[in-house]
Amino acid sequence: MLQTISILLENKPGALLRVTGVLSARGYNIEGLTVAKTLDPELSRMTITVDVEERLRTQVIKQMNKLVNVLQATDMTESPSVIREMVLVRIKCAQENRTAVLKEAEIFQARVIDSSLEGFAIEATGVTEKLDEFIDVMRSYGESDVSRSGAVAMSLETKKLRLQPPVPTGAGAQTL
Amino acid sequence: MQTPNAAHDTTSTPEDPGKLMTGAEMLLECLHREGVDIFFGYPGGVTLPFYDAVYDSHIKHILVRHEENAAFAAAGYARATGKTGVCCATSGPGATNLVTGLVDALMDSIPLVAITGQVHSKLIGSDAFQEADTFGITRPATKHNFMVRNVAELPRIVHEAFYIASSGRPGPVLVDIPKDVFQARGHYKPVDSIHLPGYKVFTEGHAGQIRRAAQLIWEAERPMVYAGGGILAGHASEELKELVELVDAPTVCTLMGLGGLSSSHRNFISMPGMHGSYASNMGMTECDLLIALGTRFDDRVTGQLGAFARHARVIHVDIDPAEVGKNRTPDIPIVGDVKRVLQKLNKVVKEFEPEMRATNANARGAWWDKIRGWMEQHPYDRRHDDSVIRPQHLMDEIDRLSGGQAIVTSDVGQHQMWAAQLIRFNEPRLWVNSGGLGSMGFGVPSAIGAQFARPDKLVIAICGDGGFQMSLPELSTIATHSLPIKIVVMNNGCLGMVRQWQTLFYNNRLSSVALECFPDVEKLAGAYGFTGRTVDKPHELAEALETAFRTPGPYLLNVTVAPMENVYPMVPAGGAVYEMVLGPPQPVAVE
Ligand SMILES: Cc1ncc(C[n+]2csc(CCOP(=O)(O)OP(=O)(O)O)c2C)c(N)n1
Ligand SMILES: [Mg+2]
Repeated sequence: MLQTISILLENKPGALLRVTGVLSARGYNIEGLTVAKTLDPELSRMTITVDVEERLRTQVIKQMNKLVNVLQATDMTESPSVIREMVLVRIKCAQENRTAVLKEAEIFQARVIDSSLEGFAIEATGVTEKLDEFIDVMRSYGESDVSRSGAVAMSLETKKLRLQPPVPTGAGAQTL
Repeated sequence: MQTPNAAHDTTSTPEDPGKLMTGAEMLLECLHREGVDIFFGYPGGVTLPFYDAVYDSHIKHILVRHEENAAFAAAGYARATGKTGVCCATSGPGATNLVTGLVDALMDSIPLVAITGQVHSKLIGSDAFQEADTFGITRPATKHNFMVRNVAELPRIVHEAFYIASSGRPGPVLVDIPKDVFQARGHYKPVDSIHLPGYKVFTEGHAGQIRRAAQLIWEAERPMVYAGGGILAGHASEELKELVELVDAPTVCTLMGLGGLSSSHRNFISMPGMHGSYASNMGMTECDLLIALGTRFDDRVTGQLGAFARHARVIHVDIDPAEVGKNRTPDIPIVGDVKRVLQKLNKVVKEFEPEMRATNANARGAWWDKIRGWMEQHPYDRRHDDSVIRPQHLMDEIDRLSGGQAIVTSDVGQHQMWAAQLIRFNEPRLWVNSGGLGSMGFGVPSAIGAQFARPDKLVIAICGDGGFQMSLPELSTIATHSLPIKIVVMNNGCLGMVRQWQTLFYNNRLSSVALECFPDVEKLAGAYGFTGRTVDKPHELAEALETAFRTPGPYLLNVTVAPMENVYPMVPAGGAVYEMVLGPPQPVAVE
């Protein structure tokens, strides 16, 4: 089963690689990844879709939380959350199919964003399975090119963010 | 020329611009503020501006002969003191040579700060001469790493590096500094505080869990303390001793935790795991409560996980939340600094003592009888032989002469296991070895770091004939500083540990393990101006070691030992620890 992980991290060089490194070092393939800055431009929100074995899921989240640049990593799979993905489809379709394609797009609440003699460019958002179906339907009408965003996730509960307060310089050695 | 970025200076404020300094000077100032008085390294093109500043500094730089050994020496320093070790290398090959040392420190949770030079900012990404993506290469080799982009952020980053390296679960941190940042001038103002919002350090431990733990500890009939390297990292030896004595618990210390409880303490059993003692492994198997302190249920300790401590409830205290529950789900997880947690735990244990002490007194007495029985039944083999020096004889003599007081650094292989089994460590930080990474070539350079850290101590570097040859260049460093390190080569003429596995599991087909042509140590040491000697007669061994340890200055003692000895007990890889093989003949069955 796919796992969706939402990560709040510092917008710093290398931060993204540290997070994905937790997965690649364990041989996991990332199925989807989105990242962009948050309201606070110093932070980014990242969503990763990945297939991690059941027994290692908590370990992976803990390893991510350990990263200095990560403020919070959360497993969205089991908590109340909304997960959406976006797809852009460019479809070549014959004259006689144009109306049918538009009708299908409407059913999926997709939007036409470009139209030409050859066909359309269409944008759709939804849950991953819905988009899979949409893509299948579109491809049945003609040659299609597809670009998917990967999932973005938002938790429906406010999770308390535990942040480390500033410490005086040299604090690490104090236990000596 | 400097990049606009590097030349740009944001530390100055209208009120107090701070002192004008170069990046190199700032780095030294920050090292000084962190209490660094010595570091180990090797210069090169891009670190020239830094070494030019080092020329005027009172901080001592030790020129090693290979960057890997700079990292190992810094780790030896850190392991012998608990303070953060510092090493330095130039860009490209210098930085890549550090990597093994970084991973070693990462695996063993050793506080280390590595400074690397990088090519000029303008050249980064151009495949410039001696450019390597050090930041990328060392990301998975460090606890955290930094690339400094301008001189203004240099002081903050250096202090952050020290804080990260030494706090929480310690580890190596690398700071990569482009040449122009060393050269750039900026206004330096001391950094007073560090803010790393995402870096969480858990110290206190859950009070409720600690109370439950104390309850379980008194309720147990067959308790066993399993103490790891965290006891040393957390400076918690005193607290460990207090707990162990309060409840009279048998205690094993892992390869990384040796000395956490004195080897001469009456409650100390031995080391557990693959080459651990019979009593340790049987104790772990039969106990009904395992008190795991600053340890990580490493596969070399647990053997087959499902069979490990199969009757036990587990209390697991560790500062790293990711270790708690990683390999074994504990009944009582406590995430916190082991020293703080033990202080609180001991308090509650004392509070419960009056009503609980008598509860299981009989059962506990029987438990101790059982353990003592195992200890007497199958002690480690220390037998001497008249015709040939057995490796165990060598370690036995070293143990006698050290009396639990010397610092012993070790390389990796059979000699390491025999040393861990047979030599006592009556204080923390006397036993220095590459546990997690098991990196050959560690023994000699780590002894250099340890000897600089503890000039008052006898430092013995025990090496195999293989690993010793990996660190040959450092004889020069030792000679340069007349370090009174006693190198003892346990010479079995082969890569003994690999040979042992080939003997036991590959039909004794000995493939590429013979070490022919070992150098004449008299000539070798003589070439560096100190004494070397070979001893191969059992009756000469004690005298040879005494002479080596008494002779001022460095000494290289090559001890020819029986080549085909195997380390026992041995838990076959993947086997349950109670299935350990006790010696050449047959495995013992356990009911
Ligand atoms: C850098 C490195 N390479 C290879 C190994 C694999 N290895 C583990 S023990 C060992 C044999 C070591 O031989 P020696 O130094 O003579 O010690 P002995 O086992 O004979 O005591 C080897 C090759 C290692 N641990 N480290
Ligand atoms: Mg050998």
